[in-house]
Amino acid sequence: MEVVLFYIMAGLILVFSVLTVTSRRILRAAVYLLFVLIAAAGLFFIQQFAFLAAVQLTLYAGGIIVLIIFSVMLTSHVSEKLDAVSFKKASFALVACIAGAVVCISTILSYPFPKPTNGEVDASMKAIGTSLLGYKENGFALPFEVISILLLAAMLGAIIIAKRTEK
Amino acid sequence: MIENIGIEQFLILSTLMFFIGVYGFLVRKNLITMLMSVELILNAVNINFVAFNKYYYPENLQGHFFAMFVIAIAATEVAVAIAIIISLYRKIRTIDVEQVDEMKY
Amino acid sequence: MMNDSYSYTVAIPLILFFSFLIIGLAGGKLKPIVSGIFGTFFLLISTALSYYTAYSYFFVDGKSNGVYQQLIAYDSLWLQFTDKLQIHVGVLLDPISVMMLVVITTVSLMVHIYSLGYMKGEVGFSRYYSFLSLFTFSMLGLVLSSNIFQTYIFWELVGVSSYLLIGHYYERPSAVAASKKAFIVTRFADMGFLVGILLLSSFTGTFDFLKLTDPNGSALTQGSAISFLGLSVMTWSMLLVFMGAAGKSAMFPLHIWLPDAMEGPTPVSALIHAATMVVAGVYLVARLFTVYFFAAPDALIFIGYVGTFTSLFAAVIACTQTDIKRVLAFSTISQIGLMMGGLGVSGYSGPEGLGYTASMFHLFNHAMFKALLFLCAGSVIHAVHTNELWDMGGLKKHLPVTHIAFLIGCLGISGVPPLSGFFSKDEILTAVFEKNKLLFYVQFLVAGVTAFYMFRLYFGIFWNKQREYHTKPHESPFSMLFALIFLSIASTFVGLIPFSEFVTPDLKPFTSHIHWAIAIPAIIIAVIGLVLAFVMYRKESDLSGRLSGSLGILYRAAYKKFYIDEIYLFITKNVIFKHISAPIAWFDRNVVDNTMNGIAAITNFVSMRIRAFQSGQLQQYAYVMVSGLVIIVLVALYFMKT
Repeated sequence: MEVVLFYIMAGLILVFSVLTVTSRRILRAAVYLLFVLIAAAGLFFIQQFAFLAAVQLTLYAGGIIVLIIFSVMLTSHVSEKLDAVSFKKASFALVACIAGAVVCISTILSYPFPKPTNGEVDASMKAIGTSLLGYKENGFALPFEVISILLLAAMLGAIIIAKRTEK
Repeated sequence: MIENIGIEQFLILSTLMFFIGVYGFLVRKNLITMLMSVELILNAVNINFVAFNKYYYPENLQGHFFAMFVIAIAATEVAVAIAIIISLYRKIRTIDVEQVDEMKY
Repeated sequence: MMNDSYSYTVAIPLILFFSFLIIGLAGGKLKPIVSGIFGTFFLLISTALSYYTAYSYFFVDGKSNGVYQQLIAYDSLWLQFTDKLQIHVGVLLDPISVMMLVVITTVSLMVHIYSLGYMKGEVGFSRYYSFLSLFTFSMLGLVLSSNIFQTYIFWELVGVSSYLLIGHYYERPSAVAASKKAFIVTRFADMGFLVGILLLSSFTGTFDFLKLTDPNGSALTQGSAISFLGLSVMTWSMLLVFMGAAGKSAMFPLHIWLPDAMEGPTPVSALIHAATMVVAGVYLVARLFTVYFFAAPDALIFIGYVGTFTSLFAAVIACTQTDIKRVLAFSTISQIGLMMGGLGVSGYSGPEGLGYTASMFHLFNHAMFKALLFLCAGSVIHAVHTNELWDMGGLKKHLPVTHIAFLIGCLGISGVPPLSGFFSKDEILTAVFEKNKLLFYVQFLVAGVTAFYMFRLYFGIFWNKQREYHTKPHESPFSMLFALIFLSIASTFVGLIPFSEFVTPDLKPFTSHIHWAIAIPAIIIAVIGLVLAFVMYRKESDLSGRLSGSLGILYRAAYKKFYIDEIYLFITKNVIFKHISAPIAWFDRNVVDNTMNGIAAITNFVSMRIRAFQSGQLQQYAYVMVSGLVIIVLVALYFMKT
């Protein structure tokens, strides 16, 4: 069952990723990205990280995509088509990317991964909560707080940058 | 069961996704689509984190939390980036990255 | 020895420094005459303090058990480098410094008063007074210095103020050239002085005059043992110190700047280039006399010879010059030579120290009568607007007061009793006679030549034939005449001071007498010179022309100042500039500069080429980054496999 689901998800991710970076209509690209993100959330589900999948769905699919769509609306027409990518540019980029992918994949395939330790992951809300606010081993209280400050700073920064400067 | 899927498959998937993102970053001229490519790259990394957590370190949740923090940072990144894009748009009426070359010699 | 009751003496120079600051900073805003009166007023305070100091030092409490004390009136640590290397700033009172206080403030005050009239209406009147204040401050600081390093600092300061005042008329190229010449020549000499100071203090371990000149102290014995090129280190360092003194005091061959320095205003010549600054060299040698006498007697003999030679040399040139200020300048050089000669032959204890005493005495008297002569010359120039002796004549009835004052000055310098020059010159001759017969005959001759050239000047200006003047010559204003009268009286009577009661090398007073056996021949030769001048220059005659014609080449050489200037020019221009400086300059310009320029040009060229990489295109950067990363990973993998 999981195997089938995995391949479906993987296929979706790859197809929509390619569509995201090639579509000439920007709003469609955003929607394709949404599909990619949802499929990635599906992958997390398969691995029984339900909470992470939920976060992926709400934050990425719910928040970021909406933000992107808003900014698309603010800066361009919905019907507008982007310029076609120049062949030279595309081919150079493609060569670099394929080369990179080949190097990585060949490395992955040639590496002798050990057999997985088939333990059950305890990704219950309780485990996540105690771990996120824990300050002992495997506790993430400090990064948690740092992230909260980062979010605050980003919020302020975004407001100040986007504010209309008076002349 | 999940054990039937090798970790290599996850890794190959994330690698491909990563390089698709890179390709998008390199060729798309619109700043917002470049931003989307960055999201792809980040997601590819997330998939890696989670897969390693699941396969080799099931007793604790480090990969899981890393993925969560990456998502949080992605959110802040998008917020700031979009603020920059909008203020840039206001200034020069375009979000074409090739037009934004104020920093050249 | 510390003495707090004299601590006010530190104010004597400092008042003038404040005067300099006030006039220098506010001078542009003040009326010229106000800054003049300001400067004079401040100097008057200093003068009063100096006189009071002299009175209480010499007559009240300077002596203890019949010996004059060297008092440290003020002392503070200025710089501390190590435990041993410390530089103090202080005030040292001893007979010569107190005497110099009196000389400097008196002459300076007279010059200040005189300048109120002389410089009236000139451009830069305030500037002139501020620099006069600066000079007087530096000179007082110089004589009061408690250590040789402080002396050096003030030594340079007087050099600067001299430079500034010689160049007072800086629109005139000749004045600019003269001030530069004075500065460069004295700086060159001061280089030797500095090296001398460093040598001296590194071998004795002290800058302090009291420690250096203590005849029983350890400072004198150190360094004498080490020798270099056949002379002890002490001798070398004292010779180098004398080099500085020779530069300031215009000793042969460093005298060339003094005649040119006459480009400055005449009162400046009177103050700086006759009475005070040029005798700083004599003062320095006197200050370090103990060191010279005990540790470097060879250097002392050398000083005696140099002084005496310069004295004759300058006197001969003075006979041929026709610019009256230049004649006076050469006479100054000659007289300073006599003082150096006196110091050179002096002994240390008791009456043997007569040379030292006489030299200081002559310094004192010379300051008075030479300042008087210069101020008279200024008065004459003021009246007829020329420096040329042969453009003057018959001024006797136009300038009666100046005439009398000039006559007194001439009689004084020629050594006719009972004027001041007679006493000091007699003492110098006596001291030299007892020590070195050769030097005695030379100086004896100089006495005659001195009388001759001074009266040549006197008869040429005031007797001779009446010339055509553009405007009728008139007597100078009262402020100038006041200075002339005051200095005339001083020159007449200061000779009666029993100097040996006050100034001696070992600080113990002794009584000296007039040595008639030497004095009478000296008077006779002076009178011979006088009569010769009377015969030749009383009225227009061709006697002098015939005489100079018969002397031929000798006369021409003397007239050209024995071509010393030309020799210097030849050495500097043709030897140093052409064969040393020019190749170095070439090397600097072509090799050193081009290396640097080449590096800059290459950098510039390369950066112009590679700046195209900096296109501002974000995606290009990203592309280079990604492909670079891939390449690096590939390379790393390759090496990891092998």
